[in-house]
Amino acid sequence: MGGAPQGRPADSEPAAAGGVGETVERVYREERAAIVAGLIRLCGDFSLAEDVVHDAFSRALEVWAHDGVPPNPAGWIATTARRKAIDDVRRARRFREKQDVLRRLEEEPVSPTDVTLPGEDGPHDDRLRLIFTCCHPALTTEAQGALTLRVVGGLTTREIARAFTVPDTTMGQRISRAKKKIRDAGIPFRVPAGAALESRLDAVLAVVYLVFNEGYAATEADALIRPELCEEAIRLARLLVELLPGEPEVRGLLALMILHHARREARVRDGRPVLLDDQDRSLWDATAIGEGVGLVDAALREGRIGAYQIQAAIAMLHCTARSPSETDWKQIAGWYSVLERIHPTPGVRLNRAVDTAMADGPEAGLALLDALAGEPGLDRYHLYHSARADLLRRSGRAGEAAEAYAAALRVCTNPVERSWLEERLGEL
Amino acid sequence: MQYILLIYEDESNPPPDEAEMGRWFAVTDEMKKAGVHVAGEALHPTSAATTVRVKGGDTVATDGPFAETREQLGGFYILDVPDLDAALEWAAKMPNAHKGSIEVRPIMVFDQG
Repeated sequence: MGGAPQGRPADSEPAAAGGVGETVERVYREERAAIVAGLIRLCGDFSLAEDVVHDAFSRALEVWAHDGVPPNPAGWIATTARRKAIDDVRRARRFREKQDVLRRLEEEPVSPTDVTLPGEDGPHDDRLRLIFTCCHPALTTEAQGALTLRVVGGLTTREIARAFTVPDTTMGQRISRAKKKIRDAGIPFRVPAGAALESRLDAVLAVVYLVFNEGYAATEADALIRPELCEEAIRLARLLVELLPGEPEVRGLLALMILHHARREARVRDGRPVLLDDQDRSLWDATAIGEGVGLVDAALREGRIGAYQIQAAIAMLHCTARSPSETDWKQIAGWYSVLERIHPTPGVRLNRAVDTAMADGPEAGLALLDALAGEPGLDRYHLYHSARADLLRRSGRAGEAAEAYAAALRVCTNPVERSWLEERLGEL
Repeated sequence: MQYILLIYEDESNPPPDEAEMGRWFAVTDEMKKAGVHVAGEALHPTSAATTVRVKGGDTVATDGPFAETREQLGGFYILDVPDLDAALEWAAKMPNAHKGSIEVRPIMVFDQG
């Protein structure tokens, strides 16, 4: 269950049917989260909201192929899902505060712009409420990320399982357990107010960045980048900046994601990934880089340093260099040593190794990667193996490079990256 | 929603002094004034506990608590509050929260109809 609707019209359908499939997919990508979030606000039940929205998309495939796409496709989905929700709640033998839920479903809009809920200190976007609820500390960190990707990002359980490198069944149980806990434990659907807001921000930022990374290095889709997920993460971060203008880490995270995303056109050429070194810098989005630089400057001026700000500063130094050789590697190395002190994750150490290799040669990078070996979970992380393979290749150790490419291929699930890795292996 | 706050603490800690007892009475008053207090009691230590099981039709009573754990159940409150966040806020106000732990559990509602 879940994910993009199945059973889209077969290839033998008339050309117009393909258009319907595309419209359904676009609306699913762009509008699904807001509709699900709106329905959760009205009915208070994650599973019901997800199920009726999923049904509405499935019906859209049939009805639109027959009657044509309605003028307001998202409105059609919201209305169809809402009607199904009313039917389901009416039929349910027992539903907490059934009459209140029915009244809200019948009378209140699915996607309002200026509603303040009890316990909130101002109007908020339903998607922001959804993300704070998904990131509630009463859920495990693993469940927070999985649930946000599922409910906010609209990913399938299988895609999320890949992102977390756990078996599909484990992930399915993790997500359904989290939804059950939200319902049974009475976790509220709201943006926390006052001091609670700040204390819950760290978890939210971590999850937003996770959503971004899922889009930035898509695990399963037949493409390297799923820009809609990156843009969703950036959109959420923009909202967070608006909500918490005094929090430099929120700006830091937004800047980091904008700067990464600014390079998206250059990261893929003819369906193949392009390393930073080889990217055509004229394809980088100069406007976005300008915005990212402004955000980094504004955040650093607050004088409260954090991991996202440092990573954004590093990304900024990459983005503003005219060529790899003109990059300020010394300053980057300085930022990394601060970052590794406050945030020593395997991902940070992997990036540091790659950047060190750029500044001081592949052997220096390999030494840092070797120090990483043995970290739990690293063996299933294909970027570790492919970074190692690349550095081994560049230092002329072809045999070891081939072994590392093979190790990367054993764990990499993205078809585009797989064919790229196979080509590199073939070149050796 | 109703929640039970199960208050755990290591029984080898010294018993609450007068100042701590004052804080327990104060927080109970605060709950009553806020209109959220349904029930609340302190328990005798597990040295006074007896555990009962029925095996093959015979009632077997044994001395001591159900499980030997580092922290033991010492008391509880039942509160009626809007949601988990409100329950967690009250849990954080327990005068022994800094040395024990408070498990918050929603109370199940059975439909009689």
